[in-house]
Amino acid sequence: MTDPKTLSPPSLETHVAARDETFLDTNELVINMGPQHPATHGVLRVILRLDGEKVLGLECVIGYLHRGVEKIAENRTYAMFNPYVDRMDYVAAVSNGLGYCEAVEKLLNVEAPPRAQYIRVILTELNRIASHQLWLGTHALDIGAITPLFYTFRDREEILKIFEKYCGARLTTHAFRIGGLQYEAYDGFEQDVKNFVKFVKPKIDEYEELLTTNRIWLERTKGVGVISGRDCIALGVTGPVLRASGVKWDIRKAQPYANYKNFDFEIPTGLNGDTYDRYLVRMVEMRQALRIIEQAVEGIPEGPIMAKVPKVIKPPVGEIYHSIEAPKGELGYFIVSDGSTQPYRVRVRPPSFVNLQALDLMCRGQLVADVIAVIGTLDIVLGEVDR
Amino acid sequence: MNSSLLQSIVDYVQSYLSSNQTPGVAGNWFWATVYVLLVFAGVSVGVICMNWLERKILAHMQVRLGPMRVGPHGLLQPIADALKLLLKEDIIPAEADALVFWIAPFIVDLAAFTVFIVVPFGPAHAVTDMNIGILFMLGVSSLSVLGIVTAGWASNSHYPLIGALRSSAQMVSYEVAMGLAVVSAIMMTSLSAEGGTLSMIGIVQRQQEQQVWFVFKFFPLGLVAFAIFAIAMIAETNRAPFDLPEAESELTAGFHTEYSGFRWSLFFLAEYAAMMAVSSIAVTLWLGGWLRPFPNALHGATWDLIFSFFPGLTFLFLGGLCFFNASRMPKHPFFKIQTMGLAAFGAVLGLIGLVLFVPGIRERVQDIFWFTAKVAAFMYLYIWYRGTFPRYRFDQLMKVGWKVLLPTGLALLILTAVVAMRTEVWAEVVVPMWLGFADLLRRIF
Repeated sequence: MTDPKTLSPPSLETHVAARDETFLDTNELVINMGPQHPATHGVLRVILRLDGEKVLGLECVIGYLHRGVEKIAENRTYAMFNPYVDRMDYVAAVSNGLGYCEAVEKLLNVEAPPRAQYIRVILTELNRIASHQLWLGTHALDIGAITPLFYTFRDREEILKIFEKYCGARLTTHAFRIGGLQYEAYDGFEQDVKNFVKFVKPKIDEYEELLTTNRIWLERTKGVGVISGRDCIALGVTGPVLRASGVKWDIRKAQPYANYKNFDFEIPTGLNGDTYDRYLVRMVEMRQALRIIEQAVEGIPEGPIMAKVPKVIKPPVGEIYHSIEAPKGELGYFIVSDGSTQPYRVRVRPPSFVNLQALDLMCRGQLVADVIAVIGTLDIVLGEVDR
Repeated sequence: MNSSLLQSIVDYVQSYLSSNQTPGVAGNWFWATVYVLLVFAGVSVGVICMNWLERKILAHMQVRLGPMRVGPHGLLQPIADALKLLLKEDIIPAEADALVFWIAPFIVDLAAFTVFIVVPFGPAHAVTDMNIGILFMLGVSSLSVLGIVTAGWASNSHYPLIGALRSSAQMVSYEVAMGLAVVSAIMMTSLSAEGGTLSMIGIVQRQQEQQVWFVFKFFPLGLVAFAIFAIAMIAETNRAPFDLPEAESELTAGFHTEYSGFRWSLFFLAEYAAMMAVSSIAVTLWLGGWLRPFPNALHGATWDLIFSFFPGLTFLFLGGLCFFNASRMPKHPFFKIQTMGLAAFGAVLGLIGLVLFVPGIRERVQDIFWFTAKVAAFMYLYIWYRGTFPRYRFDQLMKVGWKVLLPTGLALLILTAVVAMRTEVWAEVVVPMWLGFADLLRRIF
């Protein structure tokens, strides 16, 4: 029998035709998973073709959450579009905002002042932890461990409280403005962040205690959804998924933005590219994010929080691509300006959308239960996939 | 004439009370019916309690409160749920096989409740005592797989079908390991002077005779058999971490996806009843059934008296807990009824506790109390597992069943057989070895 993985990707038909019909006619079962399914993280619809419990192939049907964000951008001014980006990856809204603001700043050829940059880094890294916590909780829930979900949500709450205190919103924060920040950090911001770092460090140990060496967790995640670094690059997969496959690629290091080059942190990589490695990589990333936060909160400089940006933003004619390392991977914004107050075209490169391509490759030959684990480990947010 | 008939009825009813047998064995239909009703009511109440306890315990493990709104501390939640389920529209999918769809939950429930006929709550507290009691229990409880398969098939839908197939494969394969563990316990009963037995009451009596719970017999053989059974029984009842048939994140709800309302609640009832049934097998076979802890070391009239206070004390403790929590309720008019309700509930529990101190009743309920307490410990374990473990994948589950539990069970069976034939070797070689080991530990610490 051919290994399902060696077959060239997508087309389901070619693979199904290769089935063994000499023996009993074992019909494949086509199952429709989603769009209303507890474990597809939103409204993802996966059409599974099964041989018993083995996955012969699958197809993702997306678009159930399509809101036309990119088109909306063409009818809004640059500043007006800013809150919309929060609604794409709504569990990491701060990162989305950072990417968009930096892209427009690049287009305008201005740079946010250092103080603004430090606060941006702190909030973005806090958001990275929040996003990873949400991923961990739901991923563990998909694999059947219900308790970590509540632990992670309890601790994520502390991050949301900081956001709420800073800008009044918890999820769709709209924390940054083009050219810097609208709000000065509130009194006691540094202390809150320091307290949070102290608070969450043992909590991450607690999550690891429940899962990292758990026999069942190991069996469910080791060797599941393996993807090689080469396949990752071929499919454009980025973020922790890429790093777990052994490719040391993190835009914070590779093409430093904000002021990440001032901070000392490490890029964790995995060896096998399986679900367990992705889990470990994200756990280390949380700790590294804490390291960055610690350094940033110690070194917040004094000064203005807003660069000199005109009231009406009218970038010169041109185009720009700027990408940042969002919690889920490379988040890029391609903005074309025609010199007017509204962008001519905004194209978002969402990490979830691109990473989702790998689902078929990662699931072939695995079991139904693994599909759930792999969807969880890809850490997709449907708001970002469909936009 | 008339009075003599009445007299004979009263005699018939009373004649059993003085006997020391189960009503089934005594052939007393009246008391057998009463016992059946009592057991049925008891199991149903147990399921209701489990419903509330599982949600509360799980919630507290997961840093949340669980049900708090319906009644004080959500005590009325199970009742509210039951009402909701009863009032729901009864849906039979258009594509389903209506008759089979209708029958399936009843098969499951029948199997889950029938096994309680032979569960020995005490030497005389069982509906009946069969000489093949344990076989009856295993046999009937494995019938529930039929109901699950029919439920999955009759739904005529993909997810329930996969769930049903999974559960049938799972239950059948874990029954093998379960059976091997049971046989090793049966073998231990044969060491008594009266010979081996399959009767549930007999098994506990043999443990009393041999003055050891079988879990400690031939240490570690009994323990291993118990462990195999304890793992297999979780798989058998489809509970976490082996809850694949109803794996929520994969198959939405498994074999009962298409069921709703009252039919669904029958499955729910059966699941919890089955949990109690297998736990009571484990308690009977390895944990000394109704026997109180340390009957050998702590014997004599004084200790008997002290242990006979336990049932009453437990209820008093629960009642006190209710009072304590009632005193901690918010002092607000809105909570007045709830506070009073909780206090009243505590008072009822306390009264039951006081009644259980009455000498005649005290001795009679002891057996039932210890048996229930042991089963309750298992129920807690079930909840604990659910809060702790991720779920096994289907192939891994099969691997655990066939490649780990089955060989271990076989090896264990052979070892137990050898040891049971040559008990003197065990007494001369292994027991001194363990004693020496224990001595060594004592010297070190």
